[in-house]
Amino acid sequence: MTHLSIGIAYIFLAPLVGGLLMGVDRIVSARMQRRVGPPLLQPFYDVAKLLQKDTIIVNRLQNPALVCHLVFMIATGFLFFEGSDILLIIFLLTLSAVFLVLAAYASSSPFSHAGAERELILMTAYEPMVLLMLVGFYKVIDSFSFYTIVESGKPLILYLPGIFIGFLYILTMKFRKSPFDISISEHAHQELVSGLTSDFSGRSIALVNIARWYEDVFLLGLVYLFFSFNVLGGIAAVLLTYLFEILIDNTFARFKWEAALRSAWIVALVLGGGNLVILYAFMGV
Amino acid sequence: MSYFKKSPWLLHYDGSSCNGCDIEVLACLTPLYDIERFGIINTGNPKHADILLITGGVNEQNADIIKNLYDQMPDPKVVVAVGICATSGGVFAECYNILGGIDKVIPVDVYVMGCAARPEAIIDGVVKALSILEEKYTTMKQEKVA
Amino acid sequence: METLIFLVAFPLLPAALLLLVPNNGVRNIVTRGSFAVIAAASVYLLWQGIGAQPAFYSLEAGLIDEGMFVIEVFLSALIFFLGVKYRNYLTSVFVTLQFALMAVYEFVYAPGVAIEHNLFVDKLSIIMALIIGIIGGLICVYALGYMKDFHSHHHDMKDNRPFFFFVLFVFLSAMFGLVFSNSLLWLFFFWEVTTICSFLLIGYTKTPEATRNAFRALVMNLSGGLAFAGAIFYLASQGLTLELDKLITSPHGLVMIPVALMCFAGITKSAQMPFSSWLLGAMVAPTPTSALLHSSTMVKAGVYLAIRLAPVISGTYVGDMVALVGGVTFLLAAFMAISQSNAKRVLAYSTISNLGLIIVCAGIGTAPAIWAGIFLIIFHAIAKSLLFLCVGTIEHRIGSRDIEAMGNMFAKMPGMAVMLLIGICGMFIAPFGMLISKWAAIKAFLDVGTLMSPILILILAYGSAVTVFFWAKWMGKIISANTLFAPRDPMNDQISWDEWFSEWAHTVLTVAICLAFPLVSQWLVEPYIAGVYGKDFDLTKSMYMITFIMVVMVILVPAISFPSQRNSYAFGTAYMSGRNTYPGRVFDGSIATRKQATLKNYYLQSFFGEDKFMKLGVVMCSCIILIMFGVAFI
Repeated sequence: MTHLSIGIAYIFLAPLVGGLLMGVDRIVSARMQRRVGPPLLQPFYDVAKLLQKDTIIVNRLQNPALVCHLVFMIATGFLFFEGSDILLIIFLLTLSAVFLVLAAYASSSPFSHAGAERELILMTAYEPMVLLMLVGFYKVIDSFSFYTIVESGKPLILYLPGIFIGFLYILTMKFRKSPFDISISEHAHQELVSGLTSDFSGRSIALVNIARWYEDVFLLGLVYLFFSFNVLGGIAAVLLTYLFEILIDNTFARFKWEAALRSAWIVALVLGGGNLVILYAFMGV
Repeated sequence: MSYFKKSPWLLHYDGSSCNGCDIEVLACLTPLYDIERFGIINTGNPKHADILLITGGVNEQNADIIKNLYDQMPDPKVVVAVGICATSGGVFAECYNILGGIDKVIPVDVYVMGCAARPEAIIDGVVKALSILEEKYTTMKQEKVA
Repeated sequence: METLIFLVAFPLLPAALLLLVPNNGVRNIVTRGSFAVIAAASVYLLWQGIGAQPAFYSLEAGLIDEGMFVIEVFLSALIFFLGVKYRNYLTSVFVTLQFALMAVYEFVYAPGVAIEHNLFVDKLSIIMALIIGIIGGLICVYALGYMKDFHSHHHDMKDNRPFFFFVLFVFLSAMFGLVFSNSLLWLFFFWEVTTICSFLLIGYTKTPEATRNAFRALVMNLSGGLAFAGAIFYLASQGLTLELDKLITSPHGLVMIPVALMCFAGITKSAQMPFSSWLLGAMVAPTPTSALLHSSTMVKAGVYLAIRLAPVISGTYVGDMVALVGGVTFLLAAFMAISQSNAKRVLAYSTISNLGLIIVCAGIGTAPAIWAGIFLIIFHAIAKSLLFLCVGTIEHRIGSRDIEAMGNMFAKMPGMAVMLLIGICGMFIAPFGMLISKWAAIKAFLDVGTLMSPILILILAYGSAVTVFFWAKWMGKIISANTLFAPRDPMNDQISWDEWFSEWAHTVLTVAICLAFPLVSQWLVEPYIAGVYGKDFDLTKSMYMITFIMVVMVILVPAISFPSQRNSYAFGTAYMSGRNTYPGRVFDGSIATRKQATLKNYYLQSFFGEDKFMKLGVVMCSCIILIMFGVAFI
């Protein structure tokens, strides 16, 4: 029952936490650039404004696709914190991401089209690593459930250091941070205008942003699993990870898609696959 | 209550300017002026923007484009003409290809003077535009109700 | 037993009728009627067998065996003759060798071999029979409308539809025979009949390309048939059993060589590398042929045999090598699918890739792996058949099978687009079937117990990532619009009733099987596994609940959010850097010209080029197969 209530709490609290984290992100980024930066609540202001603005659509399919994107993102996080099978949940995450891509395809401007293609490339790039990470969890804990992993009290990070670093690598893609912000970017004036979201306006962008808050919290939940043997330490590690991603964001130039795909696959193979093989060799097959 | 004042996203379009005002617009983004303090983002995409910021006058070639960009912005929206050229054509007003200020093509809400306009003046103009944006939102809502 | 014999024999009746009466009206009625009968009979078989134990039947074989031998002689002579006529001597060589083996068997060993049970039916046979009866039957119905169109599009080709339908029904009959045979001799006979049927269907149009590809398919499948004949010869000469049920419970060491040979036959038939090119070449045939070969017959015979043999090879090096062939094929075929823009080729590569995964499951051969493998067969048959039928219909309407030509589909042919989308979803999106099976496959690979485990997981991780890429970009193409309000295309209404019926039936099945899969698992798959492995295998029930909720969500959320969106949203034009745009992605160019912007998908040729991976796959898989034979002989 408590698991279910945590799942429900996720539905209501995740956007708050995600929005605040994004506010922190913007302030920290600004400070790194010696600026003051916007107020902490700026992400909420943005979404509130977007909801008040008119919405112009290009294709009747684009908004329903975005609604699906949001709903399945919420479902992903809910099931994750409710303790369901993470392997299934990752498939649900893919489903949600596919809907975002479809919305971009539907909106049909050359920029959103290219953004959609690049997003698919990113998905291809990060997916192997995500799967390897779950397999690593399973190998150590013998379970795919959030709570079994947490309650096992095993320091996953010690068993899966390679997988953790590999996951950090692709986390940059999931957070849409430079150097992997090739499909959509929060920074002004990139070659793709606004990538995926180029043809969205008003409510449509609001939906994308809210879904992102949910996604960020879910991803940080995955990071937490590595450190779940200690609650405070785990939360500290999650925050450090987030700050680390912001640092990477501000210190790297954007990659080309070739480099993104190739490097992510190599990292997954060497760090993820290597970690897994060692695990199998040492822990017995 | 409206949130337009807290989160104005703008689109910067360079008409036929000499680039003087453009440099000043970009200067607003630098740490010295840091317009992100006000939640302002330079989106580069009309579909995301609330404020259309135009530098330079209108010429025969870009009149259509300015109109199109303006049409692609969702309501409510305001237009800020930055610099004397955007206001009236400035020193280029007599050129064969120049139509004049931005208001020859689309309705302009705020005129920012200067050649080139100073960053302080630009920020001032944008802030002024925000209250107009809010007014427009209120009328838009009333129209919708009616 | 009567149902079994009926299912094998009945399709021959419409086959003969359709060959002898070349009348279009008669053909329509006979085909539709036969579909109804065959489908009903396979459902009746399900009803009979649902709670029952596997049943074995002995048939008075003397006359039938001799009849089969005579047909074999005739078919071998036919192939030999065709091989000589078309100067494809390898075919003739293979068929001679194979015939020699079987003739020696017939005269030397046959008198000494006693076969107790010729026919049998168990849960796996029932599943296969349902696939063959319902999906195969639906494809025959579809072929009515399609072939009519086909010949009105291709006047240069001879209209030989009576023969086409004759082969279709013989094919179904042979497939039924294949899944009900317990005697390896009978199995081999039906195996060879399917090879020849596919040869005739691929070469139907008689163009040089079709003939060439038909012969390629024939040669490759004959090499598998030769291996199969070798297996039978070996078993008979060593005095071992020639019955499938006894074979899979035999001690490992004795039967490893014939089993490896039969796995090789399965690998050729299911178009694994290095034999995948025959299935790609088969794309020249009319669409019903492709659909039939890819979904319910032919390639499914290969994986069926592999799944049947799984208990023997499980945990042996032969099994590991079979799994590796499947794994490499799965991965590389998925890579190559990315670089294709021809819809049928994408489908072909995806079939090869999915069959690879089934072969992996068979090679691993543990209970969960077999569960995943059987469900892959079921889900793949339905969804892939649907996709082929849709592509076939679309090809006739828009005159192209290129994915790039399928933009704006939603506006032009909404029904078709919905079916195509559901088919694609069925192939790669959670919680549709393929993903459930993939999920089960991952779980199965986790507990293999050897170092195969991390290797297979790596393969699966990369393979499924690229799968998402090539399906999603196709979906994107379908829903992207280049005009705002395209009129509904009048060509939408020209689709024949038969095609509509068949496609909608597939669509409904694709969705229904996802909702009903717990039942299928409980009634058919789990009992089969319990029977073979002697232990209960049970997926946690909570898993059913979640997938059920997910399926409902995937159907309901788009179904609700699409019609309920606000009508107040204004339509705008796409953003093209401020240029004025008009419907159809037309924009103002310079000097008062209007230009058209075209958008194309990424095919990543430099990364996933066909040449490179095909060569790599052929070399790797050939080596693995050689190693497989090596370890079998040791």
